[in-house]
Amino acid sequence: MEPIVKLENVSKCFEKDKYVVKDINLEVKEGEFLTLLGSSGCGKTTILRMISGLEHVSVGKVYIDGVDVTELDPTKREVNTIFQNFALFPHMTVYDNIAFGLKMKHVSKDEIDKRVKKIIKLVELEGLENRLPSEISGGQQQRVAIARGIIMNPKVLLLDESLCSLDLKLKRQMQIELKKIQKRLGITFIYVTHDQDEALTMSDRIVILNHGIIEQDDTPQNIYRYPKTVFVADFIGESNIWPGIISNINKEIIGVKISDNIEFAVSKKDLDKVGDKINILIRPENIKVSSNTLKNSIEGTVKDIIYDGAISKLFIEVIDNKIFKVNTHGIVNFKENDKVFIQIEDDDIIPIRGKKHEEK
Amino acid sequence: MKKSFFKNIFIALVFTFLYLPIIILVIYSFNASKMNVLFTTFTFSWYKTLFYNKDLLEAFFNTLIIAATSTIISTIIGTLSAVGLNKYNFFGKSLILKLIYIPIVIPEIVLGISLLSIYTLTKLELGMFTLILSHIAFSIPFVIVSVRTTISKELNSIEEAAKDLGASPLKTFMLITLPIIKPGVVSGATLALTLSLDDVVISYFTAGPGSNTLPLKIYSMIKTGITPDVNALSTLLLLATIIILTVSTITQSRKVVTK
Repeated sequence: MEPIVKLENVSKCFEKDKYVVKDINLEVKEGEFLTLLGSSGCGKTTILRMISGLEHVSVGKVYIDGVDVTELDPTKREVNTIFQNFALFPHMTVYDNIAFGLKMKHVSKDEIDKRVKKIIKLVELEGLENRLPSEISGGQQQRVAIARGIIMNPKVLLLDESLCSLDLKLKRQMQIELKKIQKRLGITFIYVTHDQDEALTMSDRIVILNHGIIEQDDTPQNIYRYPKTVFVADFIGESNIWPGIISNINKEIIGVKISDNIEFAVSKKDLDKVGDKINILIRPENIKVSSNTLKNSIEGTVKDIIYDGAISKLFIEVIDNKIFKVNTHGIVNFKENDKVFIQIEDDDIIPIRGKKHEEK
Repeated sequence: MKKSFFKNIFIALVFTFLYLPIIILVIYSFNASKMNVLFTTFTFSWYKTLFYNKDLLEAFFNTLIIAATSTIISTIIGTLSAVGLNKYNFFGKSLILKLIYIPIVIPEIVLGISLLSIYTLTKLELGMFTLILSHIAFSIPFVIVSVRTTISKELNSIEEAAKDLGASPLKTFMLITLPIIKPGVVSGATLALTLSLDDVVISYFTAGPGSNTLPLKIYSMIKTGITPDVNALSTLLLLATIIILTVSTITQSRKVVTK
């Protein structure tokens, strides 16, 4: 199937030779909820603005539904944007805000009225038609912004950190609602955020950006479980990351040393050879702590305990002064300086090979 | 108790200081005596003489023409400048933003002299045209500053949203930008109007024969001492100002209510 949005070797520089976005190739499937995730300045908003046409493309081509739109004016592109602060028209009522795009298209009054009423029902804004944006809550403003975009029947809806300004509780609620609306309409959503939780909750696919390049492009599950780069592992969730070196290779298993006395075993890949640098990732929730010895366990001392509601965070120092972050559910019975044993399942030891390794 | 007592006294003193001279002026405009010392009998005769004073009427209409023309032109130029300064980034923008304040803060007399020297250099004949030009010149910065107060960071993304929804630049300006910055445009225009109506210093330098304005006329009248007809004229000006102020206040507050 033809991708609904395709970026082909797209680059953007605002100043000469200073690339904000560098040689991006990206295909978005129809009906997909794709998230562009990265910290501020990684180029995610710029990519979005190049799709909407609000930003000019320096190098490369943008296709929407198979048509080259690289030089097309934003007013003529069949995409709509939900802006960071919603950018509602403050002097217009909810109804007029939603009807604005259709009025610009010279749709007949009756038709506009019919479609606006339908959308207002869809986003549950009945009774607020004649209010001004300043007279409704943040969540309702958000829904007006979405309604104003989707009434145009865009092929793609672009959302630029659209939940950022809401408080945490409302944000969670809107995340679920947004996902629901997207499923109901079947419109492709491209969502930009710096919030990893948001990305993991809502997306079908996440593209992680760093300094204008794509670090990883995968499902939320794979991004979390099998990050391809140290950046991704560090950016998504909490992590223990150790740089290591392959010390021995034994058929399908390789040994990775992270210090003189700690060695992890992971499965082998074709290009691995002794002496290669490999990073080891272990998620803090995948480490078991016990006061008794377990199979293949490492002995350590509890250095610090942080209580955080649903989980407790332990910092456990083991041999060679390595400190492991461990997350456990609920309240723990350990105290500082207690002797403990930590155990990690083989499956939870994730090797992160360099980027070069991936490409070959 | 004591505190509020002193507070009220203080307020009373401030208001007396501000408004007593104006009240006296109004009272003496109805004084039959030619001297501003004793109030003899009540009369409207000074107002009557005003309407038979040809010079005065001519000056009055000159002032109206100058104020209306300069307000309209400076409001248009000032509004477009403020919007442009917000929308575009260019070399020297921050310098220009600071330069805007210079005509506002420099002594009027300096501005008057510099305008006069420009007109002399370009051999422009002093008259209504130079007066209008000068009033436009000193009003523009006030309009720009006033409009800029209503331009917020969000305006750019609101304009982009309109563009995103298919509005042409002209439609975006007329339907989105202008309604949002309207309070700033209105107060800028009001400022320009009042500045033009009562300007003496700059008009003094840039007026020519046959282009007397009302403030200039009053100024020349009091050279021979304050006469009751000046009081009457000032009272009428005061009345006009109060009417403008009331109308603008009512229309502004109505907008707030409907919002």
